Amino acid sequence: MKIINEMKLCFDSRSVNEGFSRVAVSAFAAALDPTVEELSDIKTAVSEAVTNAIVHGYREKMGKIYITAAVTDNNTVRIRVRDRGAGIENIEQAMQPLFTTLGGERAGLGFAVMESFMDKIKVRSKPGCGTTVTLEKHILGKSTE
Amino acid sequence: MSAKIEYLKNEIRVRLDGEIDHHSASIIRLSIDDAIIHKRPKSLVLDFGSVSFMDSSGIGLVMGRYKLMRTVGGKIKVQNLSPSAYKVMKLAGLERLGELKQKEVV
Repeated sequence: MKIINEMKLCFDSRSVNEGFSRVAVSAFAAALDPTVEELSDIKTAVSEAVTNAIVHGYREKMGKIYITAAVTDNNTVRIRVRDRGAGIENIEQAMQPLFTTLGGERAGLGFAVMESFMDKIKVRSKPGCGTTVTLEKHILGKSTE
Repeated sequence: MSAKIEYLKNEIRVRLDGEIDHHSASIIRLSIDDAIIHKRPKSLVLDFGSVSFMDSSGIGLVMGRYKLMRTVGGKIKVQNLSPSAYKVMKLAGLERLGELKQKEVV
């Protein structure tokens, strides 16, 4: 699997950037000629990962969020969302549907959405150092419609 | 993101417009709750027909309004969901809380 195109983004952990980041990543992935549904799956998954970085990683503090995205020669898009925030003590527990440390109106379904909308998800985290979420999706594209 | 609130007899209709995420959901939530508390309607209709994007924040938006409607003794209906928004809501099992309808394809 060879990377044929790559990009990097770095932005402040302000909630207004949730919209910017998912649109930027989906525009980058558009080179693979995805269907409307595939594009919307990518947008939704990125939105979840970035929201997690903002509300859990940095909480009330301001920090930087880093996204790298790559497309490979077998029509796969790989997106990495990284923060240098609080990190996750127990990844397995954090990924349980409905688990949330915040309550309120967060449904606790961010990871469940990422898992169901993408093909692969990998979470690496170290408390005090931050979290990296890697998402992968094979794009079948419009030719299959 | 905007929410246009219409008052009918025993019913509140909310037309949502734009993108629903963690950033925008918190803003519209307040105006909907305000309407429910003041009018105490029998039914709340959330119309997603003009929503161009929704992530799991939409689940919280529906669940929170469902709880509030229950305290005033009313029901919730979610209408005109895009296929993608419907997928997110189904994932949360929201069809158990009220009517969940997809946009009709013409």
